[in-house]
Amino acid sequence: MATTITKTETLVGKRIRRREDPRLITGTATYVEDIQMPGMHYAAIVRSPHAAANIRSIDVKAAAAAPGVVAVFTGKDTEKVGPVPCGASLPDLRVPHHHIMAIDRVYYVGHAVAVVVATDRYLARDAADLLEIDYDVLPAVADPEKALAPGAPAVHPQWPDNTAFNYHQEGGDIAKAFADADVVVKQRITSQRLVPNAMETRGVVAEWRGADRQLNLYTSTQVPHLVRTLVAGMLGLEENRMRVIAPEVGGGFGSKLNIYAEEALMGFVAMKIGKPVKWIESRRENFLTTIHGRGHVDYYEVAAKKDGTILGIKLKIIQDLGAYHQLLTPAIPTLSVLMMPGLYKTKNVSADIVGVFTNCVPTDAYRGAGRPEATHGIERMVDILADELGMDPAEIRLKNFVANEEFPYPTATGLTYDSGNYAAPLDKAMALADYSKILQEQVEARKQGKLVGIGISTYGEICAIGPSPATPAGGWESATVKIEPSGTVTVMTGTCQTGQGEETTFAQIAADELGVDIDNILVLRGDTSIVQYGIGTFGSRATAIGGTALYFALQELKAKVKLFGAMLLESDDVTFSGGQVTCNKSGKTKGLAEIAGATYRAMKLPPNTEPGLVATHFWEPPNFTFPFGAHIVITDIDKETGDIAIRRYIAVDDCGNIINPLIVDGQVHGGVAQGLGQALWEQAVYDDNGQLITGEFMDYAMPRAHMMPWIESSHTITPTNVNPLGVKGVGEAGTIGCSPAVVNSVVDALSHLGVRHIDMPLTPEKIWKLANAGGTN
Amino acid sequence: MFPQTFDYTAPTTLDEAVKLLGGGAKALAGGMSLIPMMKLRLASPEHLVDLGRIKELNYIREESGALHIGATATHYAVESSPLVRTKCPLLAETAAAIGDVQVRNMGTLGGAVAHADPSADYPAALQALEAKIVLRGAGGDRTVSAAEFFVDAFTTVLNEGEMVREVIVPVDTSGVSYQKVPQPASGFAMVGIAARVKKAGGKVTEARIGVTGLTNSSFRATAAEKALEGTNGSAADIQKAAALVAQGSDANSDIHASADYRKHLAVVYTGRALIAAMGRAQ
Repeated sequence: MATTITKTETLVGKRIRRREDPRLITGTATYVEDIQMPGMHYAAIVRSPHAAANIRSIDVKAAAAAPGVVAVFTGKDTEKVGPVPCGASLPDLRVPHHHIMAIDRVYYVGHAVAVVVATDRYLARDAADLLEIDYDVLPAVADPEKALAPGAPAVHPQWPDNTAFNYHQEGGDIAKAFADADVVVKQRITSQRLVPNAMETRGVVAEWRGADRQLNLYTSTQVPHLVRTLVAGMLGLEENRMRVIAPEVGGGFGSKLNIYAEEALMGFVAMKIGKPVKWIESRRENFLTTIHGRGHVDYYEVAAKKDGTILGIKLKIIQDLGAYHQLLTPAIPTLSVLMMPGLYKTKNVSADIVGVFTNCVPTDAYRGAGRPEATHGIERMVDILADELGMDPAEIRLKNFVANEEFPYPTATGLTYDSGNYAAPLDKAMALADYSKILQEQVEARKQGKLVGIGISTYGEICAIGPSPATPAGGWESATVKIEPSGTVTVMTGTCQTGQGEETTFAQIAADELGVDIDNILVLRGDTSIVQYGIGTFGSRATAIGGTALYFALQELKAKVKLFGAMLLESDDVTFSGGQVTCNKSGKTKGLAEIAGATYRAMKLPPNTEPGLVATHFWEPPNFTFPFGAHIVITDIDKETGDIAIRRYIAVDDCGNIINPLIVDGQVHGGVAQGLGQALWEQAVYDDNGQLITGEFMDYAMPRAHMMPWIESSHTITPTNVNPLGVKGVGEAGTIGCSPAVVNSVVDALSHLGVRHIDMPLTPEKIWKLANAGGTN
Repeated sequence: MFPQTFDYTAPTTLDEAVKLLGGGAKALAGGMSLIPMMKLRLASPEHLVDLGRIKELNYIREESGALHIGATATHYAVESSPLVRTKCPLLAETAAAIGDVQVRNMGTLGGAVAHADPSADYPAALQALEAKIVLRGAGGDRTVSAAEFFVDAFTTVLNEGEMVREVIVPVDTSGVSYQKVPQPASGFAMVGIAARVKKAGGKVTEARIGVTGLTNSSFRATAAEKALEGTNGSAADIQKAAALVAQGSDANSDIHASADYRKHLAVVYTGRALIAAMGRAQ
């Protein structure tokens, strides 16, 4: 073992390859499904085939007597388990009691009705077919606007209007804005339901150690500590008797920012049978029962002057909530309201949300969570306004941007935009696109009957969620750094990455601060018995908040290292850099390993210090961060078939300082892929009876590698002053910026035919009809 | 996603397989359709006969002016076989359009034909090639034309206990092309058009057009074929012929494409397939 661990190269800002990738790429990582225990039992969940029905009776006899079956539980058996929690609060919110399994009525297809536990997963599944459930099928409603119509079937009989809440927010003087307007443009814009489809479905292993009074719960989650607090509460178990472990998590995209019935159910089963139990969600179950995203019908009105100055924005959101509130369901559309002005400086807004129950699986956070909907809306409306006024879409944006000198900028919805230079990414994207040349080319193409579209979106997003007062469960984050006696460094973060690469970025930060080799740093997360309490990974927060907590913990440690180094060097004039403490007078040095050893050996201590090298920091951010950017998409439309070809995809994103450009590029690429998915292919379609038609990959069109355009990704850098790293967050940017750029491009290609708006997904059939008939869809 | 319990037998001879099929067992070839259906419990056969170890079913050979392809030849084998690529390029081109590499490495010609998915790719080519399909049952072999074989969605002339043994396609010197519109989720053909054209003395002497995905069963668009034969094969001739391809057809409709759009795509892609085939015709 070397006695000094030093390095001189700075890692922050470098394209370091992800240290977690070898195990992911070689299939050797440990996911929930890979957890094996002696005596493991397996659960199969029996789910409702109906969207709405009363349960007349359940006969479990045949299933209970089937080979290998050790227990069958129905909703009545689990009635005393606490409800699946909703963390969001809104005035007068109606919250249906969300039992972990249906008791006497089912509310959506896939609703859990019973669980069969057997010694083998095949036997469990076979026995599940033997349950005799007598349903009295009721009329269902799956469309939020139909659910609001008089006489619609009531999802919850106690609330016949299917309305969970009405929310209103306004800023400025909206009446005056519309009275002063030269022009008002209006449009209905939908943001369809999407299935998050993480590559790893959900899964839970629960192990009850009765003698220790200890429940170990392995679950595929973004928020292990929240799962511990809330599921322990549901089960009536003391929180310190529960350990939650998120092993490798194969993607979440918000769908695992939740507390699911199955997490409590498996805990319940394990405690009942006294044996470990495993449930792995099938892909079919994932489509039916993991939360969906989006589900908006938006009505926009924008008031403007003739010169393009936006005076005010009115928005009515009809939010499809599904049958229940999951953890954040009703809060998601409020994020849309917060971001409704986009990057534009209008001070006059008015927003209404109607939260609507439907007989569908609940909606909740999905990559972007409310901000893609808002950005899609405002960016479409700005294009519609530009079209109405005969202005260039870039020009109208530049005219309305918040100006550089106006930051920090208080918005009409009560936010304070931290920093920005909104014209910079647009200018850069236009230069990359050779904007004036492509405009000219479009004119020529139209003369030849060809359809070429140029679409711009300039997005802003709300990231680093968030200051605690703005969140339901605390918006801070935590980090602990330990320097072991031999000098190796262990970082424990309260975030819980699901593929974002913090094992690399956090190690880069620690390596630079401590001046040690990155290979001496281990980043741990996702185990409530190892890691101090944390909030988790979502809302583009892990690096901006979790990384900042790490930064401050490192500062505390550095100070202590310096103190011990000074003592060992017998000098009070020392510097800590490059992994060693140097006496500024004599030039003598002490390496980190030697100092670490001395702190644990503790032969001698500096005054007012304790042995050891451990620091924990909980960091509360003073504000959100607000990244921004510009995406330009050039499309060619095949008029004969309606096929859309993306000729160029230019993404210029400003996420503040960049820790690892390789990882940021990956986030942009993945985000754009999911944005393209919504824009072009994906849609969760329920029929009128509440059956999910797109309930498997045969019908739900995911973006795949061969469908991707080349993404020309670049950046401008406007650091935030919200945190000392100057980072803003980038996990959702690609998704948020993408869909309006694509739709704007395709609408632009057809605009000379009278097309003003097209709802997503832009299927070739829609485009073919419009290209050959014109009008709006 | 767990199938019900089933028995599994993997015989090594065709006779054994036929005997087991006669006893009510279900044939398993590449399993690309059957296994997912079993996992979803949409199909629950009690007994599977795996044809994969029967060597006498896995071959591609030329015999008296035709290619004989055994039922368990994989899509990849068909796509990459030098014999098929040179002597019946339409079939190789069609095989290459199926699913993805993993599916083409597992899925078989015989399995795809017997399954008769209305959106499968092969039937279009087999119709256009006027292929023959050899069936084996307890009573021995019988041979039917592709036109007779495909009856309806997932329905063929196969009797209980019968299996596909071989597909026979002609050695083909036409100009050919297979053009498909993949369904965005599944990759199956929303419309797939297989075209063959022969020219002599500046005239189209023979045209064959096979259509899949449009209706519940593949078919030959004979009206369009007739309209093209005897013409110069100009762009206008092709357009006129292509316009007839979907005439009178009872087109499928789903969330991915309405009946009208499918018909339109059939016309457009027939035109595109014919233009490509014409370009390759001698």
